[in-house]
Amino acid sequence: QVVWSMLGNRQFCSYKMTTKTQNFCRNEYNLTGLCNRSSCPLANSQYATVREEKGRCYLYMKTIERAAFPRRLWERVLLSKNYEKALEEIDENLIYWPRFIRHKCKQRFTKITQYLIRIRKLTLKRQRKLVPLRRKIERRENRREEKALIAAQLDNAIEKELLERLKQDTYGDIYNFPIHAFDKALQQQDAESESESDAEREEDDDDDEDVDKREFVEAEDSELSDFEDMDKLETSSEEEQEEEEEVEEKASHSKSKGKTPLKGPARRKRPYIEIEYEEETEPSSKTKAA
Amino acid sequence: AGEGSGPGPSDGAGPPAPERVLFPPTFSVSEIKNKQRRHFMFLRWKQQQRKEKLALKKKRRKEREALGDKAPPKAIPKTIENQRVYDETTVDPNDEEVAFDEATDEFAPYFNRQTVPKILITTSDRPRGRTVRFCEQLATVIPNSHVFYRRGLALKRIIPQCIARDFTDLIVINEDRKIPNGLVLSHLPDGPTAHFRMSSVRLRKEIKRKGKEPTEHVPEVILNNFTTRLGHSIGRMFAALFPHDPQFIGRQVATFHNQRDYIFFRFHRYIFKSEKKVGIQELGPRFTLKLRSLQKGTFDSKFGEYEWIHKRREMDTSRRKFHL
Repeated sequence: QVVWSMLGNRQFCSYKMTTKTQNFCRNEYNLTGLCNRSSCPLANSQYATVREEKGRCYLYMKTIERAAFPRRLWERVLLSKNYEKALEEIDENLIYWPRFIRHKCKQRFTKITQYLIRIRKLTLKRQRKLVPLRRKIERRENRREEKALIAAQLDNAIEKELLERLKQDTYGDIYNFPIHAFDKALQQQDAESESESDAEREEDDDDDEDVDKREFVEAEDSELSDFEDMDKLETSSEEEQEEEEEVEEKASHSKSKGKTPLKGPARRKRPYIEIEYEEETEPSSKTKAA
Repeated sequence: AGEGSGPGPSDGAGPPAPERVLFPPTFSVSEIKNKQRRHFMFLRWKQQQRKEKLALKKKRRKEREALGDKAPPKAIPKTIENQRVYDETTVDPNDEEVAFDEATDEFAPYFNRQTVPKILITTSDRPRGRTVRFCEQLATVIPNSHVFYRRGLALKRIIPQCIARDFTDLIVINEDRKIPNGLVLSHLPDGPTAHFRMSSVRLRKEIKRKGKEPTEHVPEVILNNFTTRLGHSIGRMFAALFPHDPQFIGRQVATFHNQRDYIFFRFHRYIFKSEKKVGIQELGPRFTLKLRSLQKGTFDSKFGEYEWIHKRREMDTSRRKFHL
């Protein structure tokens, strides 16, 4: 009575925490956590709490007789793991105690067991391990990644790799380039040593190749502008060949869709003409069907 | 006393620097106690150094032009790749031991065309929109792959199920703050597991291009720059994701390019414009990976046997040392 009127309500209690709506008690032996006359362990000489330690629940009791011995003030009783049995034990120990304390003890015990069960369930599931990022390291790695990206020159590398594969004939006969590859390899050999390649040149039979090679030889001495013309001439001959391929393989619709928008600017005229042709045929066929 | 032939400034501006300042050889800029004066002298010293360097360059250039054809070839500039610390585990293309290892490791059945890859793509718990879309796009890029959502299932339990259903590879994309940031690639029938850190993920709509989605054709695979043993095994892991017979009609290529331990993934469609020119158009997602660890068996964080872990203190000490 005295204690409460001194500490609890009016003056300063170090365990008391006030918020806008309520007062809380930080005392570890407090039963409810609120700062009330009936639930303050300091103000009541007969008090009991349930606390848990390492997963086991204990019932702590304080009686008037031991008020003079602070070390032996709180008496501790281990409660059984069985929920109902533990409730009986609480009742047994707190027999003849005020109803409020008994009721609150049991409530607290229930709450505690529930959260212990939840802990056990969660630890069985996979637990997310949080690995802290280190800012300096992240920044360092990002910077290095950018520099590596610049150094990589991905487009060039991919193009080179594809051309290499073309040269090594991994694509087989899909493209008609191999002939030209053969020519160009020959030309390169010419630049180095002329004796052997002359014999090989005479062996070639195709007219196309001769025509192309002649063009190539003439263009060799001239400047870059002629080279571009030569490229266009070559591409035009290839386009003819590819056109034939496309007409044959027109069945695969998706492929033609994929091919046409991708052709480079040098070839724009031809594909567009082809597209128009296809569109014209389609509606006509539809009208016929209708 | 030892300040050279120029006067020290008394005000902040300082007198204009003379054209040719000669510092006596025993003079060092750091000996002046006055900060302002010291700073000024240092700037002047720096200017002089720069002038000398420029003059040297000009002289060299003149010499080179004067010599004409007989000039010595230009020096090759030093790059990080040039200066790379030589790694003793670099694979020699003709190495027999490596070839033998590769014939008997876990990927041998794939490379012998005995198994067709079947891939399961999944994420960590509760994937967010970006990750989900990335998974879908990745599934279109890799043929014969399926995306399944993980609703809280443990990886250790998924793995036996996958093996039972005949999957060959498992990809788990880890997510953090709504973006994918990690990739675990595990070869299933008891194969190695690699854990990567994934960064700069770009979805298909973020790539500037005018093309369409990838078709169903099997793409080709390009693996660039995997030189060391470790790099080699990682390269084989990547190659094992794609069916071994690419369809050249599709003209699609997936590239894994390793540069300074960063693996860049790109997906392109190519077309040969001419003999020496090929045009590529990027489609499909892109991302970069950095290897964090390689485990021998399937994914097991506690009891697995790690073949390689990135240890920051030991491995990041030199700027010219790379492991892949």
